[in-house]
Amino acid sequence: MSTMAIARATLMKDLRMEWRSKDAINSMLFFALLVVVIFSFAFNPTAEESRQIAGGLIWVAFLFAAVVALNQTWARELRNQVLDAYRVSPAPPNALFLAKTIGNFLFVVVLECLMAPLFVIFYELRSVGPVWQLIVVALLGTWALVVNGTFFAALSIRTRSREIMLPLILFPISIPALLGMVDATTSILTGEASPDFWIKMLAVYDIVFTAICLMLFETVLNAE
Amino acid sequence: MKFFGRFAALRGVSATFSAGRLYVVLGDNGAGKSTLLRVITGLMEPSQGSVTLLGATKVRDVAHRVGYMGHAPLLYDELSGMENLRYFAGLYGIKDGEVSRKAMLMVGLDPDLERRVGQYSQGMRQRLSLARAVLHDPELMLLDEPFSNVDVRSARDMAAVLGRVRDQGKTIFVVTHQAQLMEGVADEFVHMAAGQIAKRVANGPTATAALVGEPGIPRGESMADPEVRTTR
Amino acid sequence: MESSMKKLPPISILFVVALLGVTSYLALAVAPTERTMGDVQRIFYYHVPSGWVAFLCFFINFVASAVYLWRRSEGSDALAAASAEVGVVFCTVLLITGPLWARPVWGIWWTWDARLTTTLVLWLIYVSYLVLRRFSAGGQTQVLAAAFAIFGFVDVPIVYMSIRWFRTQHPSPVMGGGENSGLDPAMAHVFLFNLAAFTLMGIVFLVLRYKLQMSEQALESTHAQAALKGVA
Repeated sequence: MSTMAIARATLMKDLRMEWRSKDAINSMLFFALLVVVIFSFAFNPTAEESRQIAGGLIWVAFLFAAVVALNQTWARELRNQVLDAYRVSPAPPNALFLAKTIGNFLFVVVLECLMAPLFVIFYELRSVGPVWQLIVVALLGTWALVVNGTFFAALSIRTRSREIMLPLILFPISIPALLGMVDATTSILTGEASPDFWIKMLAVYDIVFTAICLMLFETVLNAE
Repeated sequence: MKFFGRFAALRGVSATFSAGRLYVVLGDNGAGKSTLLRVITGLMEPSQGSVTLLGATKVRDVAHRVGYMGHAPLLYDELSGMENLRYFAGLYGIKDGEVSRKAMLMVGLDPDLERRVGQYSQGMRQRLSLARAVLHDPELMLLDEPFSNVDVRSARDMAAVLGRVRDQGKTIFVVTHQAQLMEGVADEFVHMAAGQIAKRVANGPTATAALVGEPGIPRGESMADPEVRTTR
Repeated sequence: MESSMKKLPPISILFVVALLGVTSYLALAVAPTERTMGDVQRIFYYHVPSGWVAFLCFFINFVASAVYLWRRSEGSDALAAASAEVGVVFCTVLLITGPLWARPVWGIWWTWDARLTTTLVLWLIYVSYLVLRRFSAGGQTQVLAAAFAIFGFVDVPIVYMSIRWFRTQHPSPVMGGGENSGLDPAMAHVFLFNLAAFTLMGIVFLVLRYKLQMSEQALESTHAQAALKGVA
């Protein structure tokens, strides 16, 4: 079967398993909610100020939620060593990577869909710029975090202290993407600047790093 | 050769194995049996040396003709038996659900059972793991401890199944601590110790005595129609 | 091989100390005092060459990592490890001398302009590279680290461009615009000499660290060979 077909089958399997053990989903949704609430206590601005800083706050909150999701990406494959079954088969490694990345992407987007309205409520946010631009930025930015995050999560399964390894190696590399997301969001919310450059930069970032991940994943998967 | 840090799990294993035989790999813990299997499947790269498998130097090229059953179950606990098998069948390009059904029936499990594998008994899990390893009808099967935690009767059934599969022309490697189970079906016993193949004994009247003997000086024999070759 | 290796460090250390002595003398005594900034400006003779050596080392790390992924040679991995460490050291010097210079001259310790931020991010990336190397288990350190190094290096231009753009939108104080604009010839001589001297020192450190890494790897492999011959 082709790469895309196997990726789809793997994604479906993961979604099915995720759906069955609802513990993971529920605890992460609750965690995302807690993050929003805590941030609201910690940063309690007026409505005008909030538009300036909301971009940063929201993305840091998303980042934390994403890391929690990413950390358990490969956990299921390590139980019972079932990853060996995939590696031994003729299935292409990139299909596995795509399935995991897209799965993480969908999951983090769901978290964002939960957290964003809460932020809007708690900070009385109203966007001056068009909302569709916010959605584009969110999608591009989430992919940027998730594609590298899935790859580095795979790296970190072969390390000690793997829960701390992932954010440790992910954050520095993600800095330009984070900057882009935050500034673009702020630009759109305040309407003070055009986010076009950032959107282009995020797109470039996404393409470049997706390509690198796909090139190097097989090597990392089979490192034993 | 395979090093883990400073531990030489395999050293100087140089051997040739033939098609259509059932090899039973024996040895104490730490002798390198599991590592040998993992190197043959390509899950581990040898620190030095090479593996030639079914005529190919890169194991990935013949992955669809190789079946592996690991020490661990290699199954998803949250899915049912059929769901597991259908997924793995898909990895080998098999879209027909019938193949998975037949595999489950062959190992004595009910394909319509919706229970999650996590709730299976040990014996059932072993059997499903075996089904997963062979559902794509591989020519070469590598089974690591297929009888662990399985009751004697099921184990005898499994051994008989393996014998029949070998009779169809497949090559099988079985790593086990329970050599007696394989007495009826094995072609050859491969004794390993301290990372090397100590001796190879063809099955026959003297084989039982050899089973309790001591490992000798390492050297493999070459046979006709080599199919697996691991060289230093 | 061993005796020349024993001789190498003391000679090279003497050489480095001598170089440092000369460069310091030149920087502190010989070079003329800068008109506006005063003596503090002399840090520039350490600051810029450190930066140059750091970036050079990180570039070497990138190339060595790529070569390692392609060729899997021990030498390229050792060079990658060595260059990352030496690079981080010089980058640390860069990040410390920067604020030391900035505070008296421009009144602030730090600013988030493109150059400084990129340097900080660079430092973070390579420190995390070193942490990854230290924390990965077993024989896969080299592959994982090399893969990560590719990511890190490709990220750097992206970081720089992002922050440049960010700063055109949100301007903030820019520091150190002066070093490339119109260097007095006397200063230029000192500067160029220091640049060359630091590069030489960097190379000496790199070579020493590389040899150390190679020795460590040779030691590992000797242990492994011993494990082969002796008891497992």
